[in-house]
Amino acid sequence: MNHKSKEKLLEAFASIKTEAEKRFEKIKGDSNQNIFIGMATCGLASGAIEVKRAFEEALAEQKINAHMISVGCFGHCYAEPLVIIDKPGFPPILYHNVTPGKANLLVKAFLRDDDPVFEHVLGAMEENELIPTVMEFPRFSQEKRVVMAKCGLIDPEDIYQYIAQGGYSALAKALAVDPEQVIFEVLESGLRGRGGAGFLTGKKWQFVQDAEEKGKVVICNADEGDPGAYMDRAILESNPHQVIEGVAICAYAVGAKRAIVYVRAEYPLAVKIVQKAIEQARELRLLGKGILGTDFDLDIRVFQGSGAFVCGEETALIQSIQGQRGMPQPRPPYPAQTGLWGKPTVINNVKTLASVPPIVEKGGKWLKEIGTKKSPGTAIFSVVGDTVHAGLVEIPMGVTLRSLVFDICGGVPNQKKFKAVQIGGPSGGCLPEQFLDTPIDFDSLTEAGAMMGSGGMVVMDENTCMIDVARYFLDFTQHESCGKCTFCRIGTKHLLDTLERITKGEGRDGDIELLEGLSIDIKEGSLCGLGKTAPNPVLTTIEYFRDEYEAHIQEKRCPAMMCRALTAYYIDLDKCARGCDACVGSCPTESIFTTRDRKKAIDQTLCVKCGECMTACPSEYDAVRKVSPPELAPKIERPEEG
Amino acid sequence: MNLSAETEEKVMFDDIASMLRTFEEKRENLMPILQEIQEKYRYLAPPALEMVAKRLGLSSCDVYGVATFYNQFRFNPPGKHQIKVCLGTACHVRGGDIILENFERKLEIQAGQTTPDREFSIDRVACVGCCALAPVAIVDDTVYGHMAPSKVEGVILGFEIEKERKEREKQDSESQE
Repeated sequence: MNHKSKEKLLEAFASIKTEAEKRFEKIKGDSNQNIFIGMATCGLASGAIEVKRAFEEALAEQKINAHMISVGCFGHCYAEPLVIIDKPGFPPILYHNVTPGKANLLVKAFLRDDDPVFEHVLGAMEENELIPTVMEFPRFSQEKRVVMAKCGLIDPEDIYQYIAQGGYSALAKALAVDPEQVIFEVLESGLRGRGGAGFLTGKKWQFVQDAEEKGKVVICNADEGDPGAYMDRAILESNPHQVIEGVAICAYAVGAKRAIVYVRAEYPLAVKIVQKAIEQARELRLLGKGILGTDFDLDIRVFQGSGAFVCGEETALIQSIQGQRGMPQPRPPYPAQTGLWGKPTVINNVKTLASVPPIVEKGGKWLKEIGTKKSPGTAIFSVVGDTVHAGLVEIPMGVTLRSLVFDICGGVPNQKKFKAVQIGGPSGGCLPEQFLDTPIDFDSLTEAGAMMGSGGMVVMDENTCMIDVARYFLDFTQHESCGKCTFCRIGTKHLLDTLERITKGEGRDGDIELLEGLSIDIKEGSLCGLGKTAPNPVLTTIEYFRDEYEAHIQEKRCPAMMCRALTAYYIDLDKCARGCDACVGSCPTESIFTTRDRKKAIDQTLCVKCGECMTACPSEYDAVRKVSPPELAPKIERPEEG
Repeated sequence: MNLSAETEEKVMFDDIASMLRTFEEKRENLMPILQEIQEKYRYLAPPALEMVAKRLGLSSCDVYGVATFYNQFRFNPPGKHQIKVCLGTACHVRGGDIILENFERKLEIQAGQTTPDREFSIDRVACVGCCALAPVAIVDDTVYGHMAPSKVEGVILGFEIEKERKEREKQDSESQE
């Protein structure tokens, strides 16, 4: 690019940026009081709409001038609905678990009377002398946000907010240099694909750039199918422009004029927000023909995936865009050579592409300073299950599992014992306590038998049965197997049947060996990642929790008391209070009856083992017991009517 | 009742026919077409699949093959109130299957089915992305976090009360007239 057109480009971007800043100031309004409220899925499910309405009503009633700004997901799902209030004279303050009542209180006490109501404060967002900052919590201070830096802090439906906070400047910077230099920076950063396999992103781009054929395509893979991971969705719903900017930079670098964002149709909000974001970018000529006055054209469209886990695999994804059943194809040829419609295609995950703008902005060396040598950058996990501070966590690679689960996410609630952590969804494995000091990076996790995968992480306490977890994942992969490879199609069915037998107490000697042998065959006989990794949950649970398998098979006992066929509830008659009826109403099947001496007992033939009676029993009696095997429950006959 | 259902279907097929004319005869349009029909009518009726096949010059078994491959598509009309029970990993660990069972028992249908009066249908879904609130159920557009078996009854009862109230109001206004 010559000097003159470079100047023109930077000028074009500078004028957009000035406009964005001007608008951002205007949004903040004259009052300069802002209320940011998290309106992503978790927030909505926790009642953010009611909270927002309560704020609006209270503001109107008190005649206070303040701006409500709906923002995306902040990642702290355990504390939703989250609200940040930014008032002159105070640092921005984060409030957690806000209810309509608290909203009313905050308007009156804080916005009207200058009292920040300390008992409801989670922390201040900036250093100050008045209020401790959120950085005193490990959940905040040990995170390192690169991809999610702006999530939850800007309105995802307003492109100007993104630009005012530094967005799209990386695109302008990239367009001012040669494509080769962009690829050089990405290569230099050592960024590895965040979709799970961890291939070097820069290398992938280079392959496509080197291809001579025309009509190259860039695909952003947001077909998040892992039933326990939702970071791609959160990013698209909270900051779609960072992803679009990444797509545009990638397209410029490899020489593509077309790009597709492949989003699951099950994520209607994400689809809507991305579509809107693309339109807004096109209006500002950040997409479309002659981007920022250069001769680079790019057309992005959204393709809605219809919900097949296997379509996360790149060749299957391409099949599905072409209107076929989403079945994987043998590689080579790789999509980089022959991809969508036979053209050279880059397929990158949402997180990979969202990492690109900061790399271009700050240089490849900058990313190398974060994380480990072989896995630079950050990793995003959705830490869920039996953990105190569940939600999305972005950490530098190399942090150990122990510090992620215990320091950052607060460990296991209710004084229960940690049992295992499941990483990588249906393709990953369960790691027990002795692996807690494993650093989180691509290679260490694979070595331990799990994998980075999609970034789903489920923490499990002592009451989780490992065989049931393995059965759950097999049930999922079995259902999602596309049916192409015999071993995957029939093998996973046999694995599932065997596991189901074991959890029902019908396990036989030799089952463990059968599972192991079959698992290895499936891994070897399958074409794509789904089949190759489907047995991982079985293999890791057998390796680390063999004693549980043996207890199920030989003693017909579930040590975690989770498998329903192997457990029973009963009411301890010594503890049950005469005349108390708390459990009776809670039972969905009317299996609780009154004994001759006016206490309660459970009819085992009707009981569905939902555990409601245990929850309902007042703690001063604490009379409901759970046992395994079920024969341990005392038999109490229902007295004859009349 | 039957007659109106029939006319309803006819309107639907006419509408689908005119919608199909706006698409080019290209195989890559198959999924977008199916999605549009499903979005508008909430299910894919077998004759609709035939129409799509004809429009795109594909065999109907080809279209059926693609439609059944993906989880998004359903082939029977859903209930007025769609109940989706999340069975993602976090919900499973916290007893999502017990929640599903309770809905099934209460409504006397299985997951994937619709009640005979077409009021409710139950579906199992894999992860709706609120794992921190597990177990989760979605009824229509409302997300219910931290579900419990005893809450199931309350949710369904709420709809039934609402329905009765509407019927009573309708009767009242009719008797007034």
